[in-house]
Amino acid sequence: MAKATFKIWRTHEGGDGTFQTFHTEVTEGMVVLDVVHKIQAEQANDLAVRWNCKAGKCGSCSAEINGKPRLMCMTRMSQLNLWEPITVEPMRAFPPIKDLVTDVSWNFRVKKTIKKFLPRKPDAPDGTWRMAQRDVDRVQEFRKCIECFLCQDVCHVLRDHNKHDEFIGPRFLVYAANLEMNPLDTEDRVPDLKNEHGIGYCNITKCCTTVCPEHIHITDNAIIPLKERVVSRFYDPITRILRMAK
Amino acid sequence: MAAYSTYSYDVLVIGAGGAGLRAAIEAANAGVSVGLICKSLLGKAHTVMAEGGMAAAMAHNDDRDSWKVHFADTMRGGQYVNNWRMAELHAKEAPDRVRELEGWGAVFDRTPDGRINQRNFGGHRYPRLAHVGDRTGLELIRTLQDHTTYLGVTVHMEHTVIELLLDGGRAAGVVAYDRERGRFHVFSAKAVILATGGIGRAYKVTSNSWEGTGDGHALAYRAGAELIDMEFIQFHPTGMVWPPSVKGILVTEGVRGEGGILKNSEGRRFMFDDIPDNYKPQTASDPEEGWRYVQHDKSARRPPELLTRDHVARCINREVKAGRGSPHGGVYLDIAWIKEKVGNAEEHIKRKLPSMYHQFKELADLDITKEPMEVGPTTHYVMGGIRVDGDSQMSSIPGLFAAGECASGINGANRLGGNSLSDLIVFGKRAGEYAATFSRENGQARVDDAAVDRAIEEALAPFDRGEAGENPYTVQADLQESMQALVGIVRLEDEMQEAVKRIQTFKARASRVGVTGHREYHSGWHTALDLRNLLAVSEAVALSAIERKESRGGHFREDYPEKLPEFATFNVMTKQGPGGSVQVSRAPLPPIPDHLKAVIEEQKT
Ligand SMILES: Cc1cc2nc3c(=O)[nH]c(=O)nc-3n(C[C@H](O)[C@H](O)[C@H](O)COP(=O)(O)OP(=O)(O)OC[C@H]3O[C@@H](n4cnc5c(N)ncnc54)[C@H](O)[C@@H]3O)c2cc1C
Ligand code: SF4
Ligand code: SF4
Ligand code: FES
Repeated sequence: MAKATFKIWRTHEGGDGTFQTFHTEVTEGMVVLDVVHKIQAEQANDLAVRWNCKAGKCGSCSAEINGKPRLMCMTRMSQLNLWEPITVEPMRAFPPIKDLVTDVSWNFRVKKTIKKFLPRKPDAPDGTWRMAQRDVDRVQEFRKCIECFLCQDVCHVLRDHNKHDEFIGPRFLVYAANLEMNPLDTEDRVPDLKNEHGIGYCNITKCCTTVCPEHIHITDNAIIPLKERVVSRFYDPITRILRMAK
Repeated sequence: MAAYSTYSYDVLVIGAGGAGLRAAIEAANAGVSVGLICKSLLGKAHTVMAEGGMAAAMAHNDDRDSWKVHFADTMRGGQYVNNWRMAELHAKEAPDRVRELEGWGAVFDRTPDGRINQRNFGGHRYPRLAHVGDRTGLELIRTLQDHTTYLGVTVHMEHTVIELLLDGGRAAGVVAYDRERGRFHVFSAKAVILATGGIGRAYKVTSNSWEGTGDGHALAYRAGAELIDMEFIQFHPTGMVWPPSVKGILVTEGVRGEGGILKNSEGRRFMFDDIPDNYKPQTASDPEEGWRYVQHDKSARRPPELLTRDHVARCINREVKAGRGSPHGGVYLDIAWIKEKVGNAEEHIKRKLPSMYHQFKELADLDITKEPMEVGPTTHYVMGGIRVDGDSQMSSIPGLFAAGECASGINGANRLGGNSLSDLIVFGKRAGEYAATFSRENGQARVDDAAVDRAIEEALAPFDRGEAGENPYTVQADLQESMQALVGIVRLEDEMQEAVKRIQTFKARASRVGVTGHREYHSGWHTALDLRNLLAVSEAVALSAIERKESRGGHFREDYPEKLPEFATFNVMTKQGPGGSVQVSRAPLPPIPDHLKAVIEEQKT
């Protein structure tokens, strides 16, 4: 049993907010989400927090803990310094709804703008395909994404420059990469990536990769290869000449 | 009159787990307008947590598999009180439903010849579970979610349905409120599909998320639909037991499928000590044979760790009660031992069980490639639910359909691992299809304004009581405690009677709970509204369990430890009676047709 001080962001009527201080007991093995729940049950019934699985699988409980974007359910108290107050605040790249809950609906709208999966004709008469494991390893990495949107939260293009209308953000570059690199897919998303989805805004700071709880190599494995496709399609002189000649 | 906004759809789907999404896709493809309501954000439903895989007899890894074997396995697992028609349709249709996912972008693990890889799981005779590492549920929900994105289905996220509306005995729509603002919404529909998932939150130790409060079960029940099999609850044998805050979180059966073994504090592999007679012919006679089985040796039989979940859970319970448990009240699950058998075991384990490795590392500071895990039973799945027609998934209320975990029938007394994800897509599709047809054949139903006003008034009552009311969290915790202690893995008449008595006092307390503050994203209020659902399903569970005076599948009674033939002929049914009473009755099982009986007999050897 140890004592901890939590400073949790509370929104007020009108939309602005302040940190509210709570003192509470923590026991072995607790994660930040447990403490938030304890405070909710004992001291602040109306404290708003989003969560589902409490096992790092659903990506609901994203927040900024001591300023770092993390999943509350996967942040153990034993990793934090209890001598200092622990701050918990909502993701800052999205509009606040209440307390720790933000409006992430933009992400769902963005997804709709990415062209859907379009498989080639089945390989076998029974309507199925053949793919080797090594050909899907990369795509499976991208499909581990739990849509926590922590990468979106940390990306300066969205967070500091508010380019939500022009840039789809690392999560959806991963999504596009998963479709583009699926061996069955026949759709072409490269022009959209350049023109509609603002891949050029990404200057490879790798902040997104650092916060990804699924350890997806967002920049190295998804964004850079997509950038290469854009470059070879639109800027590489030889391909351009070849295309013009066609 | 209360203020609310209104919407109207041909088909309204409640729930965006695998079942709800699959139903929405099918209904949208049929060309009717579809609305989808869910309590959380899209893609977060409980289905996302499923790990091991989905069962479909595609026979990729063993060509002896077929729908017949899958059907027989499902019936045996369910101890023959399943709805045979559902078990049949499920076994026949699951392969197509799984293959179709690949065409929608799902990327399953592959066999060496490039097909969907299938893994072993408890109670399945052959390797049958299509999977993606140990995150199959994520793959399923994301595939369905992404596919739905482009179909013109209107999704109302973070909306909670609090009442089902009827029009002269037919489903007419629902009343819901949104979490963001706490405002009310009335949805009218020609057909309503419930796909609300399970009831795990009625118990203290559970693998279920906060959403598993039995809402669909309770909504249907309150509207007059029939529930069956509520006594059958699956306690998964392996949940985390330490640290306390993660107690109940699932440790996938995949660990045992990959060679993980169970040991007690004396180091004994106790599962070999108690193998039920009807499983003896299919169970390994020694550890060596068990290991060969998990290495895909077709001549070997499965290790006893892969016996049905109810059995494994009770064995663990017995070890712990006998004082042979691990320090934190579980037993040991050891996968690290395989380093005696395979070369780079550490890499192998991390590749086969990445999320388990991750989960223990992050939450328990334990490296499963080096040390055994501590595990114990956790409330996992409810076999019981809304009684439906096997083909159409329509309940006893016209226009009200149910699919997925909130529906009942396919699993009988015990569900085999992997049969739920396939159930979601097989019967989600069917529900969507038949609901669309129903909506075409029937006009718009009438929404009863008075019923809407009543529902809203009732929902707001906790605010009227405010500070003076009781804390909803306390009532919820007390209920969970009682269900855990009195209607758990091992059951006794007196204890269950005591539970029923307590539930009456909890009901009285629930009607006095109060909350303060504003309605926006108010968890306390949400908990207050969930309470009546949890109470309704808990009562149905306890009363059904009292009625079944025998032991079968997920229902084990210490006072009636045997399985009795006279109980194999019916499902226990609960239905709302006059004045809020519960009517318990016995619904006879339809006889299994001869050709399917023959299939079962064939597979018995
Ligand atoms: C950890 C874990 C691992 C599992 N692994 C496997 C596995 O490997 N293989 C397998 O076959 N099965 C597995 N299962 C079981 C399986 O995942 C579930 O049974 C299944 O996902 C249930 O799906 P569903 O669509 O019925 O409901 P859910 O996925 O639970 O979805 C319910 C939906 O209903 C919504 N809802 C509920 N109430 C309301 C309301 N009042 N108003 C509006 N919306 C509402 C929720 O928001 C949610 O969207 C596992 C379960 C757990 C917990
Ligand atoms: S690497 Fe690109 S996408 Fe990732 S945070 Fe930096 S700018 Fe954003
Ligand atoms: S890519 Fe990683 S950080 Fe981004 S949403 Fe997905 S899981 Fe979260
Ligand atoms: S609650 Fe699901 S990721 Fe934290």
